[in-house]
Amino acid sequence: MSTPLKFYQVGSFAVGNRLLAEGQLSEQSHPDRTNSLTSGHRACQGCGEALGARYALDAAMAATDGKIVAVNATGCLEVFSTPYPETSWRLPWLHSLFGNAAAVATGVAAALRAQGKSDIRVIAQGGDGGTVDIGFGPLSGMFERNDDVLYICYDNEAYMNTGVQRSGATPPAARTNTTHAVGTNPGASFTQGKNLPVIAMAHGIPYVATATVADLHDLEAKVKKAMTYRGARYLHILVPCPLGWGSRSEETIQLARMATECGLFPVFEAEYGEVITTKKIRRQVPVEKYLKPQKRFAHLFGTNGHPELLQAIQAIADKNITKYQLLEADAQEQDTSKESSRG
Amino acid sequence: MDKPFAITLNIGSSLANHTGSWRNERPVYVNRLPPCNDACPAGEDVQGWLYEGEAGNYEQAWRNLVRDNPLPAIMGRICYHPCQTACNRAELDEAVGINSVERFLGDEAIKQNWQFNVTAAPTGKRILIIGSGPSGLSAAYHLALKGHSVTIRESAAAPGGMMRYGIPAYRLPREILDAEISRIVNMGVVIECNTKVENAEATFGEGFDAVFLAIGAHLGKRAFIPAGDTARILDAVSVLHMTADGQPPMLGRRVVVYGGGNTALDAARTARRLGAYEAIVVYRRTQEKMPAHEVELKEALDEGIVMRWLSTVSRVDEGSVTIEKMALDEKGFPQPTGEFENLDADSVILALGQEVDLSVINGMTEVNVDDGVVEVDGFLMTGRRGLFAGGDAVPGERTATNAIGHGKHAARAINSWLQDQSFVHADRPDLASFDRLNTWYYSDAPKTVRPKLDAARRASNFSEVVQGLDAETAVFEARRCLSCGNCFGCDNCFGVCPDNAVIKIESGKYEINLDYCKGCGICANECPCGAIDMELERS
Amino acid sequence: MLKQIEGSRAVAETIAACRPAVICAYPISPQTHIVEALDEIVRMGQIDDCEFVNVESEFSAMSVAIGASATGARAYTATASQGLLFMVEPVYNASGLGLPIVMTLANRAIGAPINIWNDHSDAMSQRDSGWIQLYAQDNQSAADLHILAFRLAEEISLPVMVCMDGFILTHAMEEIDIVDRDLVDKFLPPFVPRQVLDPADPVSIGAMVGPEAFTEVRYLAHVKQLQALELLPKLSKEFEEIFGRRAAGEHDADGLITKYFTDDAEIVLVALGSVLGTIKDVVDELRATGQKVGALGITSFRPFPLDAVHDALVDAKKVVVVERAFAPGIGGIVSSNIRTAITNIPCQIFTAVSGLGGRPITRELIRKIFASTVAGTMPALTFTDLNYDLIDREIERTNQNRRSGPMAENLLKDLGAK
Ligand SMILES: Cc1cc2nc3c(=O)[nH]c(=O)nc-3n(C[C@H](O)[C@H](O)[C@H](O)COP(=O)(O)OP(=O)(O)OC[C@H]3O[C@@H](n4cnc5c(N)ncnc54)[C@H](O)[C@@H]3O)c2cc1C
Ligand SMILES: Cc1ncc(C[n+]2csc(CCOP(=O)(O)OP(=O)(O)O)c2C)c(N)n1
Ligand code: SF4
Ligand code: SF4
Ligand SMILES: [Mg+2]
Repeated sequence: MSTPLKFYQVGSFAVGNRLLAEGQLSEQSHPDRTNSLTSGHRACQGCGEALGARYALDAAMAATDGKIVAVNATGCLEVFSTPYPETSWRLPWLHSLFGNAAAVATGVAAALRAQGKSDIRVIAQGGDGGTVDIGFGPLSGMFERNDDVLYICYDNEAYMNTGVQRSGATPPAARTNTTHAVGTNPGASFTQGKNLPVIAMAHGIPYVATATVADLHDLEAKVKKAMTYRGARYLHILVPCPLGWGSRSEETIQLARMATECGLFPVFEAEYGEVITTKKIRRQVPVEKYLKPQKRFAHLFGTNGHPELLQAIQAIADKNITKYQLLEADAQEQDTSKESSRG
Repeated sequence: MDKPFAITLNIGSSLANHTGSWRNERPVYVNRLPPCNDACPAGEDVQGWLYEGEAGNYEQAWRNLVRDNPLPAIMGRICYHPCQTACNRAELDEAVGINSVERFLGDEAIKQNWQFNVTAAPTGKRILIIGSGPSGLSAAYHLALKGHSVTIRESAAAPGGMMRYGIPAYRLPREILDAEISRIVNMGVVIECNTKVENAEATFGEGFDAVFLAIGAHLGKRAFIPAGDTARILDAVSVLHMTADGQPPMLGRRVVVYGGGNTALDAARTARRLGAYEAIVVYRRTQEKMPAHEVELKEALDEGIVMRWLSTVSRVDEGSVTIEKMALDEKGFPQPTGEFENLDADSVILALGQEVDLSVINGMTEVNVDDGVVEVDGFLMTGRRGLFAGGDAVPGERTATNAIGHGKHAARAINSWLQDQSFVHADRPDLASFDRLNTWYYSDAPKTVRPKLDAARRASNFSEVVQGLDAETAVFEARRCLSCGNCFGCDNCFGVCPDNAVIKIESGKYEINLDYCKGCGICANECPCGAIDMELERS
Repeated sequence: MLKQIEGSRAVAETIAACRPAVICAYPISPQTHIVEALDEIVRMGQIDDCEFVNVESEFSAMSVAIGASATGARAYTATASQGLLFMVEPVYNASGLGLPIVMTLANRAIGAPINIWNDHSDAMSQRDSGWIQLYAQDNQSAADLHILAFRLAEEISLPVMVCMDGFILTHAMEEIDIVDRDLVDKFLPPFVPRQVLDPADPVSIGAMVGPEAFTEVRYLAHVKQLQALELLPKLSKEFEEIFGRRAAGEHDADGLITKYFTDDAEIVLVALGSVLGTIKDVVDELRATGQKVGALGITSFRPFPLDAVHDALVDAKKVVVVERAFAPGIGGIVSSNIRTAITNIPCQIFTAVSGLGGRPITRELIRKIFASTVAGTMPALTFTDLNYDLIDREIERTNQNRRSGPMAENLLKDLGAK
């Protein structure tokens, strides 16, 4: 065909597309992708963390020609991937403790530097608990020293591996086994929260970004971009957890999508402490639409529901939308378009 | 490496753990019937040929298209595209401009001189088709493809039926019509013009194994309207026919057309082109009730046609008509009000519908006629064994597309009948409804280019002045297709499985690895086009 | 090269000679002088390809060492007291993963009450952590034991803690032989890790192990310690051949224990660390008066040399363990290990808890211990130099406020106070 094909309406959000040129395909669309986390792992059906980890690590592997060493904090990801005698990892991987992934990664990076192996890159990863709570000190230290480590937090908003307890990343009103849905203010309390991406930015490190399992291209681009920097980098990925959120296993990606489309989870990236891009909301939804399918928020709805808490959550979303300028004229125009029932 | 026991493990060893045993449901790839295909009277596999178009494989796209409809350049211009009305994309932003892509492919085929290949061996069977309108041509094409020898007899001087003698040339340029008809002739189909068949029964005596009655409906309906002797009243079909023959009637400066269908609008617009500076369409009901196609009305209004809604013509005199205003009753029917008005008019064209000229079956008692049309069974066969009928002459919607569909079905039925088999309709898959789509994955054109596409998308219908799609915009438009209910190779299932349990054989070809699939259902949920079902595991 | 030098500096320079690739540390007295010196040495470029990482806690210090070691780098850190406790979790992890990290522990008391001075409570708290623990008697052995430690650690793939008494050794100026790096290279080959994080040969390190294999994993850790028990004497010999002295000090028997006149001694004082020097001096005094006394130093507390201790004490009548730590609620820690070694020897064993929180263990005190042992007035467990007036007053005072029952009374009886 003589005319070059200019427009790609189909395939810009999907994993791949037979019509896209090589450079436009996601890593996940390649039959020979690394599968850094391979089949046979013991994550729950529909686990967002398993998905996010494969997305991120495969992208990192692609960006470094397979030269990645990963350090993992204790948590679901570690437990479901490496119960003796089987491991699902296909890259060099080390699990030490719950709270020390960042520091262990610092050690790996220091060793590689001493050995002159600058081509091998280090990734540390953990759950939100391992990141924003118990591992926060070592993480902050790693940031401050600007060690050459990409730290990835898989945020499922609670301590899942121990059976769903509240973490510093648990959202307000969410029911967990340590924030029961009883009393006048049921679920997790409305606090100022522990916004680790912003805290990471405050360290002035080269690169900080948020992403979700719902936007693979964005996630991969951020991992790859992160690998172009030297120094400390932080990637915070929202990974819905069917077990802890009380959602249907097939809804994992859909929920991640709605989390961003309602404004509760802003997707952005920052360089040296300054936000440089934000992902605009394409089809805005009220927080209700995101919260309702999750049993952890069930107590907000129904006859004994808590509309005032819903309102308070909507206010958080609205604040994010303003703060990160998540809407743009074009996006607003699209708002009016009807959406499929599966949003 | 001297790995310590248990603490350090060999990579990828979890493949030994077959998590497929956890599964309650399994994903199954399905092919559903897209609403466009479902709605197309010609039974086009719209999504299927758009799929090729998306890749820029225009010849393949055209070849897929003509499996069902041999007249894409024509239909790309005149079809009322119910496919687009049904198109799921309309619920998202705007229907895919299927028709404009079809026109592009049809034009491309003419430009490139793509021909039909008859690969079937000659069967020795002879079939007569009476009438060379779209139903006749379509039947001829499909029968010829099967290796039958086909003759068409046509009473008019040139083939095409209403496509030549009804639809005005400004909507359907005759070189397009000629090109697509000649491609069918090139298959070996013989068209005998100026040959009116007087008696269908008699043709069986000429050795034809089957006969297809595709005579259309050409007699303009008349209504009793009091008129002065010198009043000039014509019927629309004749006006259009004469115009098509190059001998347009004298209509004068002011023309009133009576009727609310497409024919009325075509007549009014033709009148304008023949020199009338005023063309008024008088219609009994309201705009909402008007049978004419919305786009056609818009075009007419753009050309300066004036509409008189809720009006009837009650009297025609030389130079003027009297119209009576109507009002809708509670049931929504127009009722006379007794209020009258005079309009200047040099001539009045009646466009009140057409009737079938049934003289050709006179005396054939087995052939039933009901409400002025020929009765047929589910295989389009009349009461006379071997005599089939379709198009405007049988009950159903009177559109060229429907006629083409009849032609196709009749051809299949005839083919089976000739082999003493009864034609079996393939099972229709379940509909690919909108609620099964995950529309998130579809995006639209950049804002800057949307107007250009819009224009091109709309251009196809009634004006040859504005060009249709070019190669670039056609591929773009094709890519707007959501591929409802049919995998289009987006790799989503392959990518989104948390257990890597989808195997990608190639783009568009995937398999579920049941050893590892836990049945979470994400693949089905994230399939943009709804081509995966979750089915309960049996045991 | 002989140098008049502070113990910490001597250790730092010896570490440098061992060519570590990653040094990480968090400051705590009395460890600070070691890591300060190392920072300077690294910055001066005196160790090829070495990274010095200033971490934000001891927890991270050990974690960095874990990461570095698992990447095939020779890793070193140092701490003391609270710092050791702060890193307990990764301390266990390092041994569990079998990573040959070497750590200096500048022994110091544990709070509360906070106390920066020397005793062995910190080291004793980690005796079951799976690490090898070597105790230095003087600064020469403190330095030398680090060379041995790296070699041993890397041969059996276990971490080694070199314990040296805080201030007493770390801050003492002495004449020390700072080893020649070429000689160290002879003794300590480049680190060849057993398992390593390497993209060319990827493995998963740190699996979760359930009941089906956990006991086996633990048992294998024990086996490794026993291997160390066999290896230490061999390495000590090799060390002596290259450096011309025993790594564990002058009277080192086999790299595991130090024997000083134990062969015919009826009374043997057992101790760990620098106090051995004082004890030896008193043994010399008493021997001069014809008393059959001796001293036994434990260099390798983990693994514990049961056989060597047994053989050294086989003829002793009375054994007094001078302990710089104790287990509240039971008593001697080292004592119970010694007891295990000599269960079939008909001798009495006493525990003298001494020198806690920096209280000096003087010759006079050692003389007293010998004397009361000879006299037969030695209680089974005693806290030497205890201020009984003070204790009495305090117990009385608390008794007035709350009923404490007969327990406290009995305890005081045990202590020989009443
Ligand atoms: C003005 C007008 C505009 C229209 N516009 C559109 C449009 O935009 N889109 C659309 O889809 N449809 C349109 N239609 C409808 C469409 O043209 C018809 O539905 C369609 O042509 C019917 O096809 P057919 O093959 O059944 O009959 P026809 O097209 O009517 O063809 C029948 C043929 O049979 C011939 N014939 C009849 N009797 C004999 C005989 N005894 N012997 C030999 N030959 C005979 C006739 O001469 C004629 O050529 C329009 C109709 C009119 C009148
Ligand atoms: C020091 C320590 N404290 C507590 C635990 C218990 N623990 C193991 S995993 C876990 C929760 C992990 O939560 P998170 O980091 O959010 O990861 P997730 O399992 O949710 O992916 C906890 C509390 C531990 N292993 N170590
Ligand atoms: S509990 Fe949640 S995070 Fe853990 S494996 Fe299950 S789905 Fe994944
Ligand atoms: S989007 Fe495509 S497949 Fe779906 S109805 Fe429209 S044209 Fe047909
Ligand atoms: Mg979590």
